[in-house]
Amino acid sequence: MALIDPRHAARQLVYERIFRGATLSAAILVLVILGGVALSLLQGSWPALRAFGFSFVAREVWNPVTEKFGALAAIYGTIVTSLIAMAIAVPTGFGIALFLTELCPPMLKRPIGVAVELLAAVPSIIFGIWGLFVLAPVLQEHVQPWLIDHLGALPGVGALFAGPPYGIGILTAGLVLAIMVLPFIAATTRDVFDTVPAMLKESGYGLGATTWEVIWNVVVPHSRAGIVGGVMLGLGRALGETMAVTFVIGNAHRISSSLLAPGTTISSAIANEFTEAVGTLYTSSLIALGLLLFLITFAVIAAAQAMLRRLERRALSTV
Amino acid sequence: MSAVMSRRAFRKVKNVAFLALSMVATLAGLACLAAILWTLLSHGIAGMSGRLFTQTTPPPGSAGGLLNALYGSAIMTVLGILVGSPIGVLAGTYLAEYGQNSKLSTTVRFINDVLLSAPSIIIGLFIYEILVVPMGHFSAIAGALSLAVIAIPITLRTTEDMLHLVPQGMKDSSAALGAYPWRTTVSILYPAARSGIVTGLLLAVARISGETAPLLFTALNNQFWSSDLNAPMANLPVVIFQFALSPYTDWQSLAWAGALIITVTILILSISARILLALLHSRGGGGAEK
Repeated sequence: MALIDPRHAARQLVYERIFRGATLSAAILVLVILGGVALSLLQGSWPALRAFGFSFVAREVWNPVTEKFGALAAIYGTIVTSLIAMAIAVPTGFGIALFLTELCPPMLKRPIGVAVELLAAVPSIIFGIWGLFVLAPVLQEHVQPWLIDHLGALPGVGALFAGPPYGIGILTAGLVLAIMVLPFIAATTRDVFDTVPAMLKESGYGLGATTWEVIWNVVVPHSRAGIVGGVMLGLGRALGETMAVTFVIGNAHRISSSLLAPGTTISSAIANEFTEAVGTLYTSSLIALGLLLFLITFAVIAAAQAMLRRLERRALSTV
Repeated sequence: MSAVMSRRAFRKVKNVAFLALSMVATLAGLACLAAILWTLLSHGIAGMSGRLFTQTTPPPGSAGGLLNALYGSAIMTVLGILVGSPIGVLAGTYLAEYGQNSKLSTTVRFINDVLLSAPSIIIGLFIYEILVVPMGHFSAIAGALSLAVIAIPITLRTTEDMLHLVPQGMKDSSAALGAYPWRTTVSILYPAARSGIVTGLLLAVARISGETAPLLFTALNNQFWSSDLNAPMANLPVVIFQFALSPYTDWQSLAWAGALIITVTILILSISARILLALLHSRGGGGAEK
């Protein structure tokens, strides 16, 4: 009696090949999806790119009636709202990470950390309706009139706060985005802070440094790549965020110097207009906007991942 | 001497100031979460009624519920997970067990991380181009597939991470008994990493059940009851979007009720995923340190 039934062994080998093949194809499918996204967007935006060429990204006009389309207002809105969001979320997220790693009583560390992460789980449409029905009226009645009265008359910055208080607009969208990306930045920064070896921090304290000095001179330099990676991941989210912005941006395809004026972003223009777009050129222009967004976010996310990976490798090599 | 003292005082003041600012930042973050939850609860509970779960979305001015939207969201989320998660789990298995540090695996890992944070509206446009345009109409299938594409990177990532946590000794023992890798994976690794993989599935469900942007131009919406997968289907996020932006107060109150349902569901899913993960770590989870 043979110990191993040869037929059984052969069958096992077949199963092995099938299983390995299935896992391999699933892995390759991930690459195919990304390639498919790029190709299908390129194909869909081809009519618009052929009609407008390079001027598509350089012109502000967006006129469905005369079928003249340019992406400049949307690109401007996307970048400005994201910058506002980052200007608020980065210091705040940094503060939360600092609090959680250095100050927080151990008992509260987990609940607060989880609460911040839950904020990240709230779907973006919820931020949208909250922004429209709660935040925008508050801004319109209290904050924006104050900004207009006190900053609107200043030379230079004044132009940023000119015009009537609409409530919705670029500034409101930036604020909602800031709340949305805050948990991502706080969570990654906290995780990166946690990777700093205790020995380094203790050495700082041993030299008589204050908590802040240890953070600024030891923790931050040690985790710089990780912080930048986390911030760029947040930026990637802010650039591509759709629903929350769509509610509060006002959907106006023009570039105003005032942050209080309505504007548009790439993603909110697509969300607002896509199903109503008639004609090949209109639809294709919206898909071309999608292609632009894909290229911008791909570059930002890829750079962020590269930074975080470098940090991971370094963390592994020092352990 | 006094210069030294004042410098020390300055450092102390600076320290206290920055630490106080970090506390303010944390309070601000928590206040945002509280404000959003409070708004949802106060508006959402006002819109709650038995009709929500028994009637379909009404025309403006008459009473109705969200039955068709709830049904559509459930169907598309389940289909999305059924299609997406096996692909994610298999691909994660390849990365953890077969490919490991090969060039292909490194690339797939990188691309997966990019897909994980890619704007979901792009995924919607992709499915629109490859499915809605050739078929000539919006459909629940297209909606479910766009959700599947979003679920893949999440399940892939958690599966790979969780398989890495299984102790090498278990794999070696299985191999020593003469088991092929597939047998080891299916009979040893998957059971050992089960709660971790389930966590990934829960997170994926939580993520896709709130997605709106990719459904806008794949599943679209449907005013009426429809269980036809080949036709546009109502779904909660898009109904919330349309109703919240409408000028009718009864539509708006339905939107708030829907928003509350969706958020509570997602928070419960995320919290259970976290509890599962915490249980896994407290059990030891095979060297589950970060």
